[in-house]
Amino acid sequence: MSDATKPRNLKNAADRYRAGVIKYAQMGYWQPDYEPKDTDILALFRITPQEGVDPVEAAAAVAGESSTATWTVVWTDRLTACEHYRAKAYRVDPVPGTQDQYFAYIAYDLDLFESGSIANLTASIIGNVFGFKPLKALRLEDMRIPVAYVKTFDGPPTGIVVERERLDKFGRPLLGATVKPKLGLSGKNYGRVVYEALKGGLDFTKDDENINSQPFMHWRDRYLYCMEAVNRAQATTGEVKGTYLNVTAGTMEDMYERAEFAKELGSVVIMIDLVIGYTAIQSMSKWARRNNTILHLHRAGHGTYTRQKTHGVSFRVIAKWMRLAGVDHIHAGTVVGKLEGDPNAVQGFYNVLREPHNPVDLQRGVFFEQDWAGLRKVMPVASGGIHAGQMHQLLTYLGEDVVLQFGGGTIGHPMGIQAGATANRVALETLVLARNEGRDIWNEGPDILAAAAKGCLPLKAALDTWGEITFNYTSTDTPDFVATATAA
Amino acid sequence: MRITQGTFSFLPDLTDAEIRAQIEYCLANGWAVSVEFTDDPHPRNTFWEMWGQPMFDLRDAAGVMSEVTACRKAYPNHYVKVNAFDSTRGWECVRLSFIVNRPKEEPGFALERQEAQGRNISYATRSYAARKPEGERYA
Repeated sequence: MSDATKPRNLKNAADRYRAGVIKYAQMGYWQPDYEPKDTDILALFRITPQEGVDPVEAAAAVAGESSTATWTVVWTDRLTACEHYRAKAYRVDPVPGTQDQYFAYIAYDLDLFESGSIANLTASIIGNVFGFKPLKALRLEDMRIPVAYVKTFDGPPTGIVVERERLDKFGRPLLGATVKPKLGLSGKNYGRVVYEALKGGLDFTKDDENINSQPFMHWRDRYLYCMEAVNRAQATTGEVKGTYLNVTAGTMEDMYERAEFAKELGSVVIMIDLVIGYTAIQSMSKWARRNNTILHLHRAGHGTYTRQKTHGVSFRVIAKWMRLAGVDHIHAGTVVGKLEGDPNAVQGFYNVLREPHNPVDLQRGVFFEQDWAGLRKVMPVASGGIHAGQMHQLLTYLGEDVVLQFGGGTIGHPMGIQAGATANRVALETLVLARNEGRDIWNEGPDILAAAAKGCLPLKAALDTWGEITFNYTSTDTPDFVATATAA
Repeated sequence: MRITQGTFSFLPDLTDAEIRAQIEYCLANGWAVSVEFTDDPHPRNTFWEMWGQPMFDLRDAAGVMSEVTACRKAYPNHYVKVNAFDSTRGWECVRLSFIVNRPKEEPGFALERQEAQGRNISYATRSYAARKPEGERYA
């Protein structure tokens, strides 16, 4: 036995810090008696250790690799208050219904993090550890952000309440549509879609995530035609209207230039994509706050790491980070549409974005109590394969502080875009009215819509075209404490 | 044209029974109902005239309805809306707002464009009715 692997007396500091390799659990990263402090950042990981790897040692390794540790003992630990800086795995539970997965709870001292920096927070928590060989797979399921850290972030520049006051729209979900086809339209034709949809009754239209500045449509041209459409629609309806002008670009300088032009033209909202990165998002949030602009975030790319249950980062964690980073809108699932989304999991995401305080809610995948300390609320956006015939389900599942986006469900209407928009708006107002009157919209919804369609031809045509369309697939990302198929 | 501000403007004008049902919903949520009116319906005219203060202490739908009726009677050719205010922490804002009276004729808005450099246009929305002085707009 070499000196490096010889058993050592951990109580003796000289022996503990002798050069060589010891288990992470022995290095102090496993502390089952640890009581997390109110100021600690807490993380819950789903770990799938390689065969033969003890789950406690795996949890300790995750704590170590996401805080101070490296693979071997280093004497330079002794130059620091190393016990303070070590993350502590304090609880490991088997995941219900699985053979090889464990929930590991880890506490991080606040001193490990820079104020107001998602980049720093994530560089620690998900920086190195996801490629760690002793683990087959690793997923960050949830985090508790202590109030002390929440208060170092500005949060959403506008928030749900101020957005509603600015738009003068209360008591119902907002309605939007993404312009389709998402690529290929000229600026003038693109603006036509915006005008028709807004005039017909939508509150917002939206650039898609990959509409930036391509050969078929330069960004300035798009902005000019879109703002003509927005202003025309406002004058025609007497309502405030908006279109999310996507400012995503290759550099911050380009994004600022585009955002400035959007502001100059009087747009109430700009848009960014998640793929621009956390620091860029925080910079654009500062810009939006400085310029009284609503900031819409499209979660482009998230499915690469949020969807699979055993590896990656849960969207509820992304939702928390984005509320801190400061966006006003974020796509968070539809439950009933074409994209992934278990009802309970999606409601968990919505609660994280909209509530002032989240209690532990295992059924919805919320593992920690979270106090948002007055941080403004993010408006979730439901987009992707939804139509007027599902309005009662959307309202029941998602509530009224949400943007419902019907792209195909507006633009694909057999009577045209305006009619498509009108169908959605009439369906929505009809069901909000009925819900407020105390009617059971979940069960009576189809009848209520059919009755409204008698006085509204566009709604009738929408129901005739899409009434039967559902996307019934089992979700992959479901909470562990219930198992359901996506209902539609 | 029909101005579509407010929660239910895409539906046929609400009957008194329907208005009352919405007021009951607001009161059941603990919100304070108020009535406002204007003859300047510009989309960014935030401050309509208040028909008295929000009725914080009036928890009876019939009583609120009588205020709605009185405002409509006093201003039969104005826009009148019912608002519900929620004073709970984190909201402190209107939660429902819908039009319950509108002028017989709604002439709508003109969009004025001022051409500027680089194809920029600055836009102004002007109400045809608001060209006349307050009180004479929807005679």
